[in-house]
Amino acid sequence: MSSTTFEAARALSAPSLSLPRRRLWRGGLQGSEFTWAIAFVVPYAAVFVAFVVYPVLYGLWMGHNPQLYTELFSDPIYLRTVVNTVIYLGIGVNLKMFGALLLSGFFMRRSWWTKGLLLIYVLPWAVPALPTFISIHWMLNGEWGLLNNTLWDLFHINGPGWLDTSRWLALGSVIATHIWKWMPFWTVILLAGRMAIPQELYDAADVDGATGLKRFAYVTFPLLANLYLICTLLSTIFTLGEFNEVYFVTGGGPALSTHVLATLGIRDAFQVARPDLGVATVMSALPLMIPLVIILMRKLRTTEVQL
Amino acid sequence: MSVVSVDGRIATRRPRYRLRRNLTEAAAVALALVLLVWTLAPIYNMVMVALETHGDVFTSNIWPAHPTLKGFWVVLTESYWYLQYFWHQFGNSLYIGAATTSITLLVGSLASFSIGRMRLKNGWLVSNAALLTYVIPASFLAIPFYSIMIKYGLANNLWAVIFAEVTFATPYAIFIFQQYGVSIPIELDEAARIDGASPVQVYLRIYLPLMAPALVAVGTYALLLAWNEYLYQFMLLSSVRSMTVPVALAQFLNSDEAPWNYMMATAIIYAIPPVAIYYAFRRRMTAGLTMGGVKG
Repeated sequence: MSSTTFEAARALSAPSLSLPRRRLWRGGLQGSEFTWAIAFVVPYAAVFVAFVVYPVLYGLWMGHNPQLYTELFSDPIYLRTVVNTVIYLGIGVNLKMFGALLLSGFFMRRSWWTKGLLLIYVLPWAVPALPTFISIHWMLNGEWGLLNNTLWDLFHINGPGWLDTSRWLALGSVIATHIWKWMPFWTVILLAGRMAIPQELYDAADVDGATGLKRFAYVTFPLLANLYLICTLLSTIFTLGEFNEVYFVTGGGPALSTHVLATLGIRDAFQVARPDLGVATVMSALPLMIPLVIILMRKLRTTEVQL
Repeated sequence: MSVVSVDGRIATRRPRYRLRRNLTEAAAVALALVLLVWTLAPIYNMVMVALETHGDVFTSNIWPAHPTLKGFWVVLTESYWYLQYFWHQFGNSLYIGAATTSITLLVGSLASFSIGRMRLKNGWLVSNAALLTYVIPASFLAIPFYSIMIKYGLANNLWAVIFAEVTFATPYAIFIFQQYGVSIPIELDEAARIDGASPVQVYLRIYLPLMAPALVAVGTYALLLAWNEYLYQFMLLSSVRSMTVPVALAQFLNSDEAPWNYMMATAIIYAIPPVAIYYAFRRRMTAGLTMGGVKG
C-alpha cells in the first residue's frame, strides 16, 4: 500500500520511466496473428486518417494564402479578438486553476458536510454546457436578469447591463462563466492528486514543526507542481478551443468586441460565408498552440498523468 | 514543580487552541456558503424561469410569483410551434449518443488490444496519433471538417455527427484502455494462446470481460460527450427533423420572441438524463479521469 502511494507521489513529482516492454509472442507476431493485429488497428487508423489527417491537411490548404493573413491583421475586430483571447486564457485559466488548487485543499477536510458540498459543487461540470450558458445569459440580462434583481432587492443597487454595455463587463462575465463551469472539474483532478500524497510525509513534516503554509509550501506544492503544470497547459489548450462560452453568454457582443479566435473563426466561415478567412483566423493561433502541444505530448507520454 | 508548569501551559493553551479551531470552522462554513450560492445561482435561475408564466419572466421577481409546471407540460406535449419536433429531436440525440458510444468502445478497444496486448510493432504511432487528436481543440477542426462532410455527401445527416463525436471520443478511450490494460496480467493471454485460442477469442473471452470497468467509464464519457456537444451538431444538422435538442434549443434563443420559460423547461428536460447518468456513474468516471494521476 505505502509503496504504491510513494510511487504515485513520485509519478506526480517527477517524470517516471514507463514500464519495460514485454513481448507476448516471442520472436514477434507471425502470420495470421500479425494480420489480426493489423486488422484490429485498421478501424481506428481509418477514423484518424479520414476525420483528423484529411481535415487538417484540407484546413492547411484552405488557409495557405498569405493574403488572408494581411487581410486579418488589418482588421481591428481581429486584433481585438486576439487581445480578448490572450486575456481569456491568461486570466481565466490561471484564476480557475489557482482556485481549484486552493479548493482541493478545502475538500480534503474530512467532515460529512464537505463531502455533501462536493457533490453539489461538481454540478456545473455534470450539467450540459448549453442549458447553463443560456441560463447565465438570461441571468445577466440588465433589465430582467436574476443578478440585477437580487442586487436591487438586497442593496438597492442598479446593476449594469452586464452583457450589452461594456466590453470589459461582458468579457468578465465570460471569464466568470468559464470559472463557474470548469473549476469543479480541475478541483476533482487536483483533489485526487492531493489524496495520492502519502500521509507519512505530512506526519514527518509535523514532527519537524511545519504547519499550515509551510506544510503547503514544502510538502504539498512540490509534489503537486508537475500535475498542476500539466493541468494548466491542458486547460489552456482546451480553453483556446472553447466555443460555447463566448457564443452563448455574450454572442461576441457588444459590437463584436468579445469574440475569441474560436468563435470569430466560426462566424467568418458561417455568418460571413468566408470559410478561408475562418480557417486563417483559427490557424493564426498555431504559433501559440504548437509549442503547447509539443510540451504536453512529451509530458503526457512520460508522466502517465491522464485526464 | 515541573508538573505544575506543564499543567499550567496546557491550561492556557487549550482555550486558544479551541478558539482557533472554531475560527477555522466558521471560515470553512462561510466559504461553503459562498460556494453554494456561486454554484447554484445559474441552476436556480434555470428552474425559476422554467416555473414562471410567460408574463412573469419579464418582471423583477427573484422567485416565481405564480409557480406552474405548464412550461414542462408544453414541452412534453410539443404544443408550441418551436417545440413541434421535440421528441423526434430527443430521439436524434439518443441515437447519436448510442451510436457514438458503441462505435467508440468497439474501435477503441480493438486498437488498444492490438497495441497493448498483442504488442503490434510500431503501435506507439497509433498511441501518439490518439494523443495528438486529444490535444487538438475540436472547434479548430470544425470548418474543414464541415467542408469534407459536404464532399462525402453527409451534410444534414446524423452519421456526420456520429463520425465527428467518435473522432473526438476514441483518443480518450485508447488512453484509458491502455492504462487499465496494464493491470491485467498478460499471462492470462499467454495461457489462452497456449490452449489454442485465436486472437479474436482472446479479445472476446479474456480482454473484454476483464476490461468491464474501463468500458463503463469510457462508455459513459462517450455518451455524455455526444449528448452535450453543440458545435458540430449545429454545423452539420440544419433541418428541424434532423436536429438534436441542443441545436433546437439554441435556435430558440435566436428567435425574435424568445419564450424563456419554455426554453428553460426544454433545457432542464435535456439536462436531466446526463446529470442522472453522471451521478450514477460518478465514481467510475472520476476513477477513469484520474486513473493516471493517482496510480504509480
